[in-house]
Amino acid sequence: MAQQKILIGNEAIARGAYEAGVKVSSAYPGTPSTEISEKLVQYEEVYCEWAPNEKVAVEVACGASMSGVRSMACMKHVGLNVASDPIYTMSYIGVTGGLVLVVADDPGMYSSQNEQDTRMIGRASMIPVVEPSDSQEAKDFFKYAFDLSEKYDTPIILRTTTRLAHSQGMVTLEDRCEPVDIPYEKNVAKNVMVPANAIKRHLVVEDRLNRMAIDGADMPINKVEMNDTKIGFITCGIAYQYVKEVCPNASVLKLGLLNPLPKKLIEDFASKVDRLIIFEELEPVIEEQVKSWGIKCEGKELFTRQGEYSANMLREKILGQAVELEEAANVPARPPVLCPGCPHRSVYSVLNKLKLHAAGDIGCYTLGASAPLSVLDTTICMGSSISSLHGMEKAKGKEYIKKWVAVIGDSTFLHTGVNSLMNMVYNKATGTVIILDNSTTGMTGHQEHAATGKTLQGEPTYAIDIYNLIKAMGIEHVYEINAFDTAELERVIKEEQERDEVSVIITKSPCVLLKGNVFPDKCVPVTENCKKCGACLRPGCPAITKNADGTISIDENMCNACGLCMQLCKFGAIKKEAK
Amino acid sequence: MATTNIMIVGVGGQGTLLTSRILGNLAVVAGYDVKISEVHGLSQRGGSVVTYVRYGESVAEPIVEAGQVDVLIAFERLEALRYLHYVKKDGTVIVNNQRIDPITVVSGQTEYPEGIIDTITSRRKTLVVDAMDVAKAIGSPKSFNIVVLGAAAKSMDYTVEQWEDVIKNTVPPKTVEKNLEAFRKGYDL
Repeated sequence: MAQQKILIGNEAIARGAYEAGVKVSSAYPGTPSTEISEKLVQYEEVYCEWAPNEKVAVEVACGASMSGVRSMACMKHVGLNVASDPIYTMSYIGVTGGLVLVVADDPGMYSSQNEQDTRMIGRASMIPVVEPSDSQEAKDFFKYAFDLSEKYDTPIILRTTTRLAHSQGMVTLEDRCEPVDIPYEKNVAKNVMVPANAIKRHLVVEDRLNRMAIDGADMPINKVEMNDTKIGFITCGIAYQYVKEVCPNASVLKLGLLNPLPKKLIEDFASKVDRLIIFEELEPVIEEQVKSWGIKCEGKELFTRQGEYSANMLREKILGQAVELEEAANVPARPPVLCPGCPHRSVYSVLNKLKLHAAGDIGCYTLGASAPLSVLDTTICMGSSISSLHGMEKAKGKEYIKKWVAVIGDSTFLHTGVNSLMNMVYNKATGTVIILDNSTTGMTGHQEHAATGKTLQGEPTYAIDIYNLIKAMGIEHVYEINAFDTAELERVIKEEQERDEVSVIITKSPCVLLKGNVFPDKCVPVTENCKKCGACLRPGCPAITKNADGTISIDENMCNACGLCMQLCKFGAIKKEAK
Repeated sequence: MATTNIMIVGVGGQGTLLTSRILGNLAVVAGYDVKISEVHGLSQRGGSVVTYVRYGESVAEPIVEAGQVDVLIAFERLEALRYLHYVKKDGTVIVNNQRIDPITVVSGQTEYPEGIIDTITSRRKTLVVDAMDVAKAIGSPKSFNIVVLGAAAKSMDYTVEQWEDVIKNTVPPKTVEKNLEAFRKGYDL
């Protein structure tokens, strides 16, 4: 009997890469796509790596494909924006070995700054999009995407969503197929995209999409389930599961190919049902095209463009069932927070003391935007803290920027922050940049990066020296300071704010969650000294609780004895003890 | 058989992922179809975390919606109350009687509610577990989540042997013994 295993969608995709004979994979971590690369490590036959950003990752995969092997890159939806430049042109070039980009959307924004729909980018870049609806399909469709890629000479986007990427389901395992290794042939007309060549390739791209739209009628990833014809659903991805849950007897056209849409298949299906409903999360990508063909259907007038869908939505809107729900208890919210002992909290307590504004970036440290720290003023995208600070200075002048700093993590700095810093140097900026260097990619679950000295496989490698990299740009005032040395931090920040040159302060303290960390001590209240001033509570450490009488308790299991609360207490009311 | 819906709630870092994986592997061993929905990334940083496990003959939807939960396993009492309306009227709540203050309470924006256990007990069939005390007593405070799982095991239709086999094969090898002990302590509560 074939072996079955229960896998999350991302693990199923990694397995699919192994089975499809993929040779090369490159990625930058991003929830909800990160585990694909982490799970790929177990297959020695597949070379996999962390790249500094998604543009680099996609270009690595492009090169591997051009050289004749199956290759892939993985990213979250906003990572595809970073990789936009290569993908729009790679659709013209096409592939030699199959090339599939896994792009994970995040409806409901569990870990993201926006809710964009990758199917739209597939349309814009003229790259076919395939979307599975459970773990088994994630593996099967991913493998099939390589067949499509090679048959139609095009990169393919495998689109997933958070719910699929992080849901476990049963998967039947198969053997690895013999990897393709196509001999290299120089082909300038196809692989060098200068205008004269690109003009001809654009025609090829259009022809390819037209052929796929026709062939889509017979592709096994599109599935017609004819049942009761009073209602017919066109759906895709995880939304299909909600249809099956609530309307198991309805007719369903489940699309696996989302760009280009299989027009004939949709027209046939539409002609056989009385009422056609399009059930798709996020943007009306199917709906608007179907309507443009003159087919009557319902979609976004019933269902929202925002967040995740659910079975209860169908119960209410389609079955007309009043879903009687008990009211949710009115309880305090529990948003995510910086961990006890997090070095970011220490840096932020200094910024708060100095009443500075901060241009923020993407990472754990974005949590500093919430109360009680409330230290960040802005967050846009990876690397934007440094460049937006520069823009503020050019808008309002260097005196204005003395009330501001940029804060960015080490992994994010290497991702795209480094370009922004080049711009500051080049264009005579005077701002202060703080690199919160915790020696890892924290928020996504502690991935290695180019400055940690370890590869994705955990092997030792060169570590980019962030300090010397910055020095090499010509920045004279660069400091490395322990994040928990608040006195020194305060002194240097004050000094650098006044300086009319770019300064960079690297606060170096590893993430408390890194493996191998041992915390032998704990902080303990000395209640008789406590003046109930609340200074220790201000940075919002989750290990500290305020007692009814105004004194504090410290949870000994949560406390890592970082000592920030001790530094903030002027009355000696907190001491360190061995655990 | 009808699909069984389990919801595991807690505070990021309390081990909801490991627990859901044990429940998933159990369903596989027992020959059920199963789907599990997890939360990774941002919310795991001390936020409110929710995981769903559904098993039965054939399972489509990977999440469990409000009013549909058969068994709610809560690692923290405020989180049990937050998701109580997800539990069917005849469903069961297993709640670890632990208090972890959310940042909104730590920073003085709001108060941690009083009488949570009474509210839950008055509205659903409830088993209250002081799992941290039990786990500390066996010298393994980190295994408190397995103590809770042991207590929850009595509300599910698997044999003790099935539970123990799956725990052995799912938890990190070095922790097998302590976790099995934690499970038995929870089961005997």
